[in-house]
Amino acid sequence: MAQVSLRKIVKAYEGGVQAVKGIDLEIADHEFVVLVGPSGCGKSTTLRMIAGLEEITSGDIAIGGTLVNDIPPRDRDIAMVFQNYALYPHMSVYDNMAFGLMLRKFPKAEIDRRVKEAARILDITPLLERKPKALSGGQRQRVAMGRAIVRDPKVFLFDEPLSNLDAKLRVQMRTEIKKVHQTVNTTTVYVTHDQVEAMTLADRVVVMNHGIIEQVGPPQELYHHPATKFVAGFIGSPSMNFIPARLEQASGALRLHLPHDIVLNVPAARTALYQPHAGKDVLFGIRPEHLTDDKATDKANTAPITLKPDVIEPMGMETLVHFKLNGTEVSARLDPATPAAVGAPLSLIAHMDQMHLIDPTTDKVL
Amino acid sequence: MAADASMAPPMTPAPGSGRASTLQRLARRRSSIAVLMTTPLLVVLLGLVAYPAGYGIYLSTLNRRMTGFMEAEWLPNGLGNFEILFESETFWAVALQSCIFAITAVILKALIGFWLAHMLNDIPAKGQRKWRGMLLIPWVIPPALSTLGWWWMFDPSYSSINWLFQVVGIAEVPWLGEKWWARLSIIIVNVWYGAPFFMIMYLAALKSVPEQLYEAAAIDGASSWQRLRYVTLPMMANIISITVLFSLIVTFSNYDIVRVLTNGGPRDLTHVFASYAFQVGILSGNIPRGAAVSLFMFPILAICAFFVLRGVTRRNKEQM
Repeated sequence: MAQVSLRKIVKAYEGGVQAVKGIDLEIADHEFVVLVGPSGCGKSTTLRMIAGLEEITSGDIAIGGTLVNDIPPRDRDIAMVFQNYALYPHMSVYDNMAFGLMLRKFPKAEIDRRVKEAARILDITPLLERKPKALSGGQRQRVAMGRAIVRDPKVFLFDEPLSNLDAKLRVQMRTEIKKVHQTVNTTTVYVTHDQVEAMTLADRVVVMNHGIIEQVGPPQELYHHPATKFVAGFIGSPSMNFIPARLEQASGALRLHLPHDIVLNVPAARTALYQPHAGKDVLFGIRPEHLTDDKATDKANTAPITLKPDVIEPMGMETLVHFKLNGTEVSARLDPATPAAVGAPLSLIAHMDQMHLIDPTTDKVL
Repeated sequence: MAADASMAPPMTPAPGSGRASTLQRLARRRSSIAVLMTTPLLVVLLGLVAYPAGYGIYLSTLNRRMTGFMEAEWLPNGLGNFEILFESETFWAVALQSCIFAITAVILKALIGFWLAHMLNDIPAKGQRKWRGMLLIPWVIPPALSTLGWWWMFDPSYSSINWLFQVVGIAEVPWLGEKWWARLSIIIVNVWYGAPFFMIMYLAALKSVPEQLYEAAAIDGASSWQRLRYVTLPMMANIISITVLFSLIVTFSNYDIVRVLTNGGPRDLTHVFASYAFQVGILSGNIPRGAAVSLFMFPILAICAFFVLRGVTRRNKEQM
């Protein structure tokens, strides 16, 4: 029993600035939930409120069914991994990991068993006698995780644990964290600003912005069915293209009129959904991976576009091309074999079954 | 190849450039620059520390009239002053009083400084400056002046402290007239003067402990006492050691407070090494013996410094 419930959580600072504006979130037992969003969106504050390191201005937090609003961090039965590891520099790796158990007066043999077991899981057994100074960033991160694992807490809290690592190590540690969660299966709340981390680790992703939750859902749902323009733009890399367009009625069907007189037919399956917005200005959202070269064999629900690239970025496994469409930046993903040159017309197809329409007044995805 | 060679810069040095380049090379060497930059300090240290120390050692070997080496019975000739001191009861009383005074005062200063630093650290930043400034006042007033103020407060006839005691019904205290009260008075004044130094050092150390370590400890289950025991103290260990060592040196060689407050009395029982050395060397006119007294501080402090600095180096190696 270690579900986490946040009900109407508000965090306001002196001067009335609200970092978190009344969020509700239910995290199930064993679930891995990632809070993601840009800097200042309130994700770390939320995590710190769950940990008990920040006071809640109003609302309730329950861990394992117990209201913990007024319970200090030490009695919440949580473990936290910090961004800069927060290892005690004067203690050895073993002592760092054993510290929490020692304070809770566990028998020495049990402490030893748990520390060695965690060290084995994290592959840090040879480092147990070292001081944190003698460890690399990745090893320190493992020790910080080990310190959390040995406690066998109800909930793991991770506060941007990978942001201090280089890109390669980050990918490696991401996999490690996922493996550890699969092994220990403890309820986990993980904060990051990196949407790739969020997508790869989470059972459910919570996208936050300006102190509110924009959308909660499994990674694929957020990718394919974003609820708002913010989520559509935040999830996915490179981010989704948003092109101003007009939704027009044309003999029973709908079509999008884009700048440069580009006209794209809306798939028949979406007609009923978009019909009420016919004749209105909308934002046409399409991911770069759905705006590709016209080599595709299955051309159902695709629409041709010809554009002149401004910038070409060969990435090896793919090539990104960037255009300007009436002042709007647009990106497309091409097969690396496709010949493309700056300024030369390039034939692309838009996979219209993957399109999104956004109401520019409400920023909601239609 | 020929074309390449013709494009290469001329290798023959210009006349006179050999010496210039040697000088330039010398100037560019980091070690030369380091020596150059530290020379003024080295000159000052040699002039104000090494020379007086060496001369002090030389003086301590002379006889009273400074006409030759002091003869000794069971020590090598020249160490006669030390022999006399070893056999003098007063000297051992001074050594004991120096140790009691320095150790007690340093411990009290460290404890009070630590407590004050913690109190200050918990005050919000806005009000902290005001309190910090006020608490530093004792340390910035010249001790000879402030000790005069204390002397007046301890005065047997006009003691304001005794007057206060009278008001609340406590018996008067012979602050400077009785051995242990006089010793305590000296310690009180020294602690009053020196505690702000500990406070400011500890406050700086406290501020340098990363907040996340406390948060990690809080989550690990540490109470506030355990956070102090397992996070604050080990993280401050180096600053505490260095501050204690520095203060021990300064307190051990303290002169002005004893001189102004008790002048060594009653019956030479509040003398410390420095004030006793002054009395023997200057007031009694036996400069060599005075020098010998003052030299006794050196081995005691050297041993302390060795152990403290060894600990600091070890911790630095492990943690930094």
